[in-house]
Amino acid sequence: MADLTQHEQDESEALLHSALAGGKLPRWSLPALAVGSLVAALVLNVTTSVAGVAGTLIVAVLIFLVSQTAWSFAVEGRRHAVDRLATTGIYATFLIALVPLVAVLATVIVRGISVISAEFLTTSMRNVSPRSEGGGIYHALIGTLEQVGIAALIGIPLGILAAIYLVEYSASSSSKRLGRSISFFVDVMTGVPSVVVGLFVYTAFILTLGMQRSGFAGSIALTILMLPVVVRSTEEMLRIVPRDLREASYALGIPKWRTILKIVLPTATAGIITGAMLAVARVAGETAPLLLTTFLSQSINTNPFQGPQASLPIFIWDQFTSSTDASVNRAWGGALVLIVLVMVLYLTAKIISRFTGVKKS
Amino acid sequence: MSTTVEPPAPSAPVAPPRAIKGAAVRRGDRVFLGLSRGSGIVILVTMAAIAAFLIWKAIPSLQANTANFFTTSEWSPDANPAYFGIAALTFGTLMTAIIAMLLAVPVGIGIALFIAHYASRRLASVLGFITDLLAAVPSIIFGMWGIEFLTPHLTGLGQWLTTYLGFIPIFQNDLGIYSRSIMNAGIVLAIMVLPTISAISREVFLQTPRAHIEASLALGATRWEMVRMAIFPFARPGMISASMLGLGRALGETIAVALMLSATFDINPHITEPGGITFAANIALKWNEAGTIGLSALIASGLVLFVITLAVNMTARVIIARRSEFSGAN
Repeated sequence: MADLTQHEQDESEALLHSALAGGKLPRWSLPALAVGSLVAALVLNVTTSVAGVAGTLIVAVLIFLVSQTAWSFAVEGRRHAVDRLATTGIYATFLIALVPLVAVLATVIVRGISVISAEFLTTSMRNVSPRSEGGGIYHALIGTLEQVGIAALIGIPLGILAAIYLVEYSASSSSKRLGRSISFFVDVMTGVPSVVVGLFVYTAFILTLGMQRSGFAGSIALTILMLPVVVRSTEEMLRIVPRDLREASYALGIPKWRTILKIVLPTATAGIITGAMLAVARVAGETAPLLLTTFLSQSINTNPFQGPQASLPIFIWDQFTSSTDASVNRAWGGALVLIVLVMVLYLTAKIISRFTGVKKS
Repeated sequence: MSTTVEPPAPSAPVAPPRAIKGAAVRRGDRVFLGLSRGSGIVILVTMAAIAAFLIWKAIPSLQANTANFFTTSEWSPDANPAYFGIAALTFGTLMTAIIAMLLAVPVGIGIALFIAHYASRRLASVLGFITDLLAAVPSIIFGMWGIEFLTPHLTGLGQWLTTYLGFIPIFQNDLGIYSRSIMNAGIVLAIMVLPTISAISREVFLQTPRAHIEASLALGATRWEMVRMAIFPFARPGMISASMLGLGRALGETIAVALMLSATFDINPHITEPGGITFAANIALKWNEAGTIGLSALIASGLVLFVITLAVNMTARVIIARRSEFSGAN
């Protein structure tokens, strides 16, 4: 495999080292092995039953793993062979994680982009049967914006206030216990399945309080899902506001509540906004709780408090499960719009947090 | 928002000694404390209310049920007499979650290690961001992708497993159909819980004391030996609870699983064959066709799911709380 001059060079290098260090694989071994195992896998693809892009790649990686480990074992010894095996494994896990992300985004974009048009964005599904082409997501877009908007209006202030309590007030000995249990249950609440939250809103607000299934009932469910995320991120931001700032303010005789409003919150604003946007992004795509608490409508309804109101996730669910060609296409169009919405929120939040935020002192 | 309400200044900055004594009970402070404490209590009340209302509304169906709730796999709560149980739901939920965990835990920890200790700092921040993006993809989109894109690609894997490992009962496939199987749902779930596991493990890995890492490298350990002997012992509780939080998410995932499974109420250990159903998926699929007892039965199954996820999450939190403050919410 190796050409002679290269080999000689390596040998002289090895001699130089050998007194102090053990053997070491030459630098070119990695790319050479990578190319070699790829070629071997391609040959196997042609000659044996190894088939498909994924199958061939997996075989290539396996050949690479085995040959590299064997070579390293022979030259460098067991410990370094294991180290190389682990390193390759860890790099491989990362590639494994990239595959689904790229594949999901690519699928949504490819399937969705052909559906998107001005008509798709500005018409509702009124009088459009699942089988026929046309129709759009306007009604669902309105529903999602209103439902998520209401959830944000309730959930964000509530979450910020709870975080303020945890950071600013629960330190005193009398409220330490309450603070600790709130903190624990905020964590536990992040793990409550969204469908269970939907069940709760249904049993408490619809069955017990007699509310109708409506956009607003969906908003309540989204609020509950959003709350722990807002609390946790706000809490983290408040905790890194330097203590000196608060003390300087107290020293000037400013009451605690004004210190919080005028000193602590403004200092942490960027971080709080980031957290809130991530929370909104997380609930905007929730389907299960809305399925339980709202009724699907094919027409425009701008009133979230009355009557059936559509939303993007429910629109997608309905169209996808109707499983005609036209409706599945519409579902993918809706999915593209939803993912763009979520990603824009997400990216903006990340950008805000990157360029601003509390400087640790 | 902070400039709207300003009550007449309750106390002047140059106050006589008497005002200083009063400072602790300023009205603004009391109102603000009340508001923020109230918001905190709302969270506790919500958690309690979830449990209370689910129990209350589950009772009618449990009273009407003529079958054993825990050992029956059929689901006919609206039949007369009502006849349903959660055996099939439990089986499907556990199987999909176990498959998801088997795949996602090693990969998630690998990603976390890669980001925390293998990649350069610049690359690490980009990569961390990319894995977080995975978490932002709505679950319904994973389900659609799983059906339309992933399932055709997994047929080959299912056939391979059946051909070469078919002697193991779970890989046996008598039908020759490989779509809508528990295995496929488990794989989609694995992808969905990956960000949770890797994000939390990453945080723990980054908190390994620098001195431990450098000491082990200075003693001549290879990088992998350093990981095994310095990082893993330190991060073990964090890794365990990261996995448990991932498990909690996998158990409660609804829409993706509802789309991926074929919703049959039997206990079929052949994981590559179509079939299976989970608690959450069953609720979503049966909701709109359920009658009064049917709804109550779904609520009862939701209660079981709630209790399971609560137990898993609380255990995870208790384990992690011993080490430090980590949270799945960030």
